Amino acid sequence: MSEARLHTPLGGAGFKGYVSFTEVAPTGMIALRGDLANATVAEAVEAATGQGMPAARRIEGGLDGGAAWASPDELLLFVPQAEAAERTAALAEALATQHALVADVSDMRAAFTLKGAHLRDMLAKLTPADLSPETLPSGEFRRTHLGQIAAAFWFEAEETAHLICFRSVADYAFDLLKEASEPGGEVGYFSI
Amino acid sequence: MSTRLATGGTRLNRARQVEFTFNGKRLHGFEGDTLASALLANDQLLMGRSFKYHRPRGVVASGAEEPNALVGLGEGTRFEPNQRATTTELFHGLIAESQNHWPSLDFDIGAINSKLSRFLPAGFYYKTFMAPRAAWKHLFEPIIRKSAGLGRPTEPGDPDRYEHFHIHLDLLIVGGGIAGLQAALVAAETGRKVLLIEQEAHWGGRAVVDGVKIEGKTAAEWVAETVEKLTEYPNVALRTRFMGSGVYDHGYALAYERVSDHAPATGGPRHRLWRIRTGQIITATGALERPLSFAGNDTPGVMLASAVRDYVESYGVSPGDRTVVVTNNDDAYRTALSLHQAGLTVPAVIDARAMVNGPLVEAVKAAGIRVETGKGIASASGGKRLKSVDICAQAGEGAVLESIACDALAMSGGWSPVVHLWSHCGGKLLWSNDYFHFHPDETRFPTDDKGAQYVRTAGIASGAMRSADVLENAAQSAAAALGVTAPKAASATDDDEGPMAPVWVMPQGAGKAKKSKMWLDFQNDVKVSDVELAAQEGYKSVEHTKRYTTLGMATDQGKLSNINGLAVLSQALNQPIPETGTTTFRPPYTPISLASIAGPARGNTFQPLRKTPIQSWHDAHGADYEPVGQWRRPFCYKKPGETREEAVSREVRNTRESLGLLDASTLGKILVKGPDAGKFLDMLYTNMMSTLKPGKCRYGLMCNENGFLIDDGVVAKLSENSYLVHTTTGGADHIHAHMEDWLQCEWWDWQVYTANLTEAYAQIAVVGPNARKLLEKLGGLDVSKEALPFMGWVEGELAGLPVRAYRISFSGELSYELAVPANQGLALWKTLVDQGAEWGISPYGTEALHILRAEKGFIMIGDETDGTVIPQDLNLHWAISKKKEDFLGKRAQERSHMADPDRWKLVGLQTLDGSTLPDGAYALDEGANENGQRNTQGRVTSTYHSPTFGRGIAMGLVRHGPDRMGEVLKFNKVDGSTIEAKLVDPVLYDPEGEKQNV
Repeated sequence: MSEARLHTPLGGAGFKGYVSFTEVAPTGMIALRGDLANATVAEAVEAATGQGMPAARRIEGGLDGGAAWASPDELLLFVPQAEAAERTAALAEALATQHALVADVSDMRAAFTLKGAHLRDMLAKLTPADLSPETLPSGEFRRTHLGQIAAAFWFEAEETAHLICFRSVADYAFDLLKEASEPGGEVGYFSI
Repeated sequence: MSTRLATGGTRLNRARQVEFTFNGKRLHGFEGDTLASALLANDQLLMGRSFKYHRPRGVVASGAEEPNALVGLGEGTRFEPNQRATTTELFHGLIAESQNHWPSLDFDIGAINSKLSRFLPAGFYYKTFMAPRAAWKHLFEPIIRKSAGLGRPTEPGDPDRYEHFHIHLDLLIVGGGIAGLQAALVAAETGRKVLLIEQEAHWGGRAVVDGVKIEGKTAAEWVAETVEKLTEYPNVALRTRFMGSGVYDHGYALAYERVSDHAPATGGPRHRLWRIRTGQIITATGALERPLSFAGNDTPGVMLASAVRDYVESYGVSPGDRTVVVTNNDDAYRTALSLHQAGLTVPAVIDARAMVNGPLVEAVKAAGIRVETGKGIASASGGKRLKSVDICAQAGEGAVLESIACDALAMSGGWSPVVHLWSHCGGKLLWSNDYFHFHPDETRFPTDDKGAQYVRTAGIASGAMRSADVLENAAQSAAAALGVTAPKAASATDDDEGPMAPVWVMPQGAGKAKKSKMWLDFQNDVKVSDVELAAQEGYKSVEHTKRYTTLGMATDQGKLSNINGLAVLSQALNQPIPETGTTTFRPPYTPISLASIAGPARGNTFQPLRKTPIQSWHDAHGADYEPVGQWRRPFCYKKPGETREEAVSREVRNTRESLGLLDASTLGKILVKGPDAGKFLDMLYTNMMSTLKPGKCRYGLMCNENGFLIDDGVVAKLSENSYLVHTTTGGADHIHAHMEDWLQCEWWDWQVYTANLTEAYAQIAVVGPNARKLLEKLGGLDVSKEALPFMGWVEGELAGLPVRAYRISFSGELSYELAVPANQGLALWKTLVDQGAEWGISPYGTEALHILRAEKGFIMIGDETDGTVIPQDLNLHWAISKKKEDFLGKRAQERSHMADPDRWKLVGLQTLDGSTLPDGAYALDEGANENGQRNTQGRVTSTYHSPTFGRGIAMGLVRHGPDRMGEVLKFNKVDGSTIEAKLVDPVLYDPEGEKQNV
């Protein structure tokens, strides 16, 4: 399969404002529903992502290998894109004997990486989530909405965050993030 | 005349001159001026005309409560009407125009309304809405539309940005006067998360102007030190130009930040609406001074006493050379002193009270200013500028004792706490017989979800009228809000004040002629006589009187007129004021821009537009879109010179004759997996899904628990316990929610997981007699009849791309739907287009899709169904399992009305003349119903011109339809004529199904 046949929703578009962001390269993502307290599930997750079972609302690892808590019985796993199909199959195989759902959802979402000192201020323009560092520390996987769409994001570090949304609304998300990041729009609330 | 004083003006930076224009005239002010203070400094006292009578009006206040000085600001697409000059900070290049005047501010024809005022009484609108009806439309409305109203509307295309901002707090403090600052000091120490906001650009509020001493310092010094101190707390944020707009349930509050109104086009957003979730709210919103009601109190030059003081002290502006002060309280004496100290003349202080004493009164007398007690203003006169006031006894009817020449009049009728935010969520009020105002009732507070108090007031907003009490009250409120012990508040001293007297009409025995010139609501031209007339005509409720007279309904929402108006009403009704009560306080506190409410929901981001992975190709190939939910799907692909109809016909014919291509990516795709998945789907669908074999597909109908159709689609069995459910485009999200609802709330012990994979795949329908040839040409997948029979699916690679191919048809043709990972959807589509060229492949849009399915007699959710249609109505009995014990809708469908043989049922409709039936047309029946409406016996649900048959085709629901084949019915048209159509079999194309099954 040649790379030219892969089209992410935004073709890797980006914007540089007081916060800069770009759509990331195709990323492998796997949806897993099952009993998160089950040891076999935890082992399978570790085998697929190299990461341990995340606590509620947390993500272990990141885009190149990560496990994010999505609900009491759901995880979103991140794996290298080229290995997504293989690891989905392996995960399904590992969980074949128990009640679980495994699906390759690599193509379902658009993903962005955002960087900047005023990142929290920028996101607070678009989401009702509490962006204070105490409530939303690094590694907190926040499912919420961005403007009028569903989205999830997490801080990898204080000035770096990743955000995912459904691919059909990637343009809308891009435009929202762009206007919120326009120079002159710094709020100086979370970061002065 | 009003002018700039040689010195003074604490807010001014006299080193920086600022140029602006008013009605095209170039004027100068200083940095720190408001537009109002700068206009006064330029002797531009006349700032606008009133709403109804076009009376000349000057500025009356110095803050957010201003009713008169409304201007249009900016020009072109940045123009904005009804902006208060008193809260507009001056900036270089500001352009302002006065409003509601024609042809000019100085000479206004509409002012004739004033002479006609006896024909425009209270309730004018109500009275003119009555008979004769025609008079309203042809006489009153055109006149009113021409003469009433304030500013002109804005123009489309506002270039500025507006945004929202979400924060979560422990405590929001609204108001940056000394009360708000004191409350913040207490809260800061607790370490809790606090936001203190101030609507103006300056901290400190009135105390700074009014000579209060705090902790032995001037209020200004204390304020500066306190702000400095607060900025050192990491848990406290302080923001100015930031108005507390509304308090809502559950600790939600809105605040309005005017980010760059004072510095337009500097790159940032203009307004920012803060959406605040907070545990506690303290409103330290101060108080507003009330006007006095005397004849001619709207003459330009008559101002609130506190505003006069503000202009002198803060802006170094003299409102006039000779300013008379009229009052019913001691506070206004501060204004007399202020003017005197600025070297201006105060001919007299007219005090309605018989007895006055106290340090402020003594100080005024000591300054040599004449104090007249027991007196009032009989009338103020001067037209466009005050020239003189007539003095009378307050106790009398207004016999003139003396006339005093003056060019300004400072009036004070006492102070009313700003209780708006306290009241937004149900805080109640008490009447004070000491200060004659409403103040918060601490025992009846706004409550949160647990019934606990979450809004408190602080300072003068609580009714604490002296500075020491203000600080004490603020400290206690903050401590109570955060559950800590109140520390000692800062100490304060101010001049002692004697008791005030209630004065609602001046003089108290004024007759009708005078009352017709006493303005209560300056902006909406409501006078004492109007409120009395309303009472006389039977209006008792203050809410009704408000609407009848329009008192308090202008853009200032009655900030100055409310208490005076209801006091006058109470007097007219001969009842105590608390019995009359107040009107309801509603957000926003002052008007906020609509754009700030919209926030990012404008332009590109007005609404999310969903795009399929193939959308860019559609864009580039003439797609003419139609909205389908939040998607935009190609209705058709127009070639150069083609009409929509021509394009649709071509697409239908091309698909029937050779090869068509459809982007079906929007269809819902929900994975249902688990040991109980089959049982679950058997409950969801009317037919049996659990018996499906892996590799097979089945069409199914989904009903809600009331038996009505909500969705249909094809279910593919992927493996022993997993199914892929295809829903309609519109059903993807809500059917997924429907599934989770049943799984989480009712069948929580069933082992089923669902996942909405709609966007994981692009789905492409390859349709037409040459469909198989194309797929065979691409290679990699055996799509022969044997390997992939009708209603089967296979997985593999096609042209090197991973696909799942479903052999299903919604057109009656040989058809494959190819699901491919979304990122490769465009690649597959382009490959199909390129490789299909030899068969003249053509993409088709939703209209061709509809025609193809209608020719085949397939129903469409949303066309044949409308939420009241059951499968039996559509003759879909074959898809309703009789073997199953239960499914959603089963019992409902057995109800007598659902089983009624008279229900309208699906038929095909063929017009006798071959024309196309209008959509939604009714089949007419004999007679009329009890409402005199024509009886009907059916309706059209789908109707198209069929390119295949060369005539109109339609489906509809008709009473006893299937039993009446061949009968001809009349259908109505919008123009009143009818069109005849015969009842026929809805399946017109290939009834035996040979074509899809090849």
